[in-house]
Amino acid sequence: MSTFWGEFSKGLWKEVPPFRFVLGLCPTLAVTGQVSSALGLGCGVIFVLLISNTLISTFKNNIPPKIRVPVFIVIIASAVTIVELMMEAYFYTVYEVLGIWIPLIVCNCLILGRGEAFARKNPIHLSMADGLGMGVGFTLSLTVLGTVREIIGSGTWFGLNVLPSAYIGFDLLQNPPGAFICLGLLLALINVISSRLESKRQAC
Amino acid sequence: MEDYLMMMISAIFANNILLIRFLGLCPYVGVSGSVNNSVGMAGATLFVNVLASTFTWLVYNYLLVPFELEYLRTVAFILVIASLVQLVEIVLQKTAPALYRALGIFLPLITTNCMIFGVAVLNINQENDFLEAVLYAFATAIGFALALLILAGIRERFAIGKVPTTMRGVPIAMITAGLMGLCFQGFIGLGQ
Repeated sequence: MSTFWGEFSKGLWKEVPPFRFVLGLCPTLAVTGQVSSALGLGCGVIFVLLISNTLISTFKNNIPPKIRVPVFIVIIASAVTIVELMMEAYFYTVYEVLGIWIPLIVCNCLILGRGEAFARKNPIHLSMADGLGMGVGFTLSLTVLGTVREIIGSGTWFGLNVLPSAYIGFDLLQNPPGAFICLGLLLALINVISSRLESKRQAC
Repeated sequence: MEDYLMMMISAIFANNILLIRFLGLCPYVGVSGSVNNSVGMAGATLFVNVLASTFTWLVYNYLLVPFELEYLRTVAFILVIASLVQLVEIVLQKTAPALYRALGIFLPLITTNCMIFGVAVLNINQENDFLEAVLYAFATAIGFALALLILAGIRERFAIGKVPTTMRGVPIAMITAGLMGLCFQGFIGLGQ
């Protein structure tokens, strides 16, 4: 049980994507203009990562190593298709906002990366824990970035006004260039925090 | 004629695939540390992007639509792209060894370049006809190459400059891309 928790929790801080592992940057920048779309894509990624890690780990002994990458990609693409159809049927507004970013989950290197680096070599329950942890970590990162961009950029959070109505919004952060700058500053902030933690641990 | 030109200019500058549409960021972070690698990556991407858009457009309109299999788009496209990359690799190795040596190591990376897949999907979503789809793929790849080379040139200078430790590597690359994106955003209104 403790290893299960260990595999799950490493995705939350120690190896949190996309900040520690710089994987899956494209959706991170594209959907974080609003918190709600960031959360929507995050849920899709959790689902796909869980399914792909579970299946890859289940069939790890039956997949010929030479063609493993195409096989992984087909597994991931099927999971993405499920998400796409489900979102279109039940969450149409989110589906409209996310647009091409739902099919593009298939190209998220995070998912293929976890299959290749973890699920291929580990038992099923650990792979599920790893997929869930990485997915939740990814979703939380997206939500943090989305929160910063939406509150500073337009003064709202989940579409609700959180700043005084006189605040006109710093438009840059809602625009594509602002996303790059915001992510760069956030990455630098995380570097600062983790180096502080590291030096504190060494002092003890 | 003018429409095609306008669409291409818009795809290269105002809607730059890397800086405004956020596609193909992984190769940007991966190879833009050196100009030489970026040239190789840009060339390989241009080549595969045009081929992939051609094939995915044909597959979608002549295979998936007649049989009402549109929901298989994601699976079909990713398979077409992955096998195309393999094919290009084999053909290049046999017929043009010099070109293969220049592009070879970048080709496998391209399978997971979301730009190839993204442009293929965009072509379908924008209901482009065949000529538009090919031209759009060409223009987006040119835009990608332009942005990648400019940014690689800047990042090479960072290697010898004094960058604060916490900003080194990816953070400063992101901020550079943001500032460059502001420049490209200045072209909005040119193409539309």
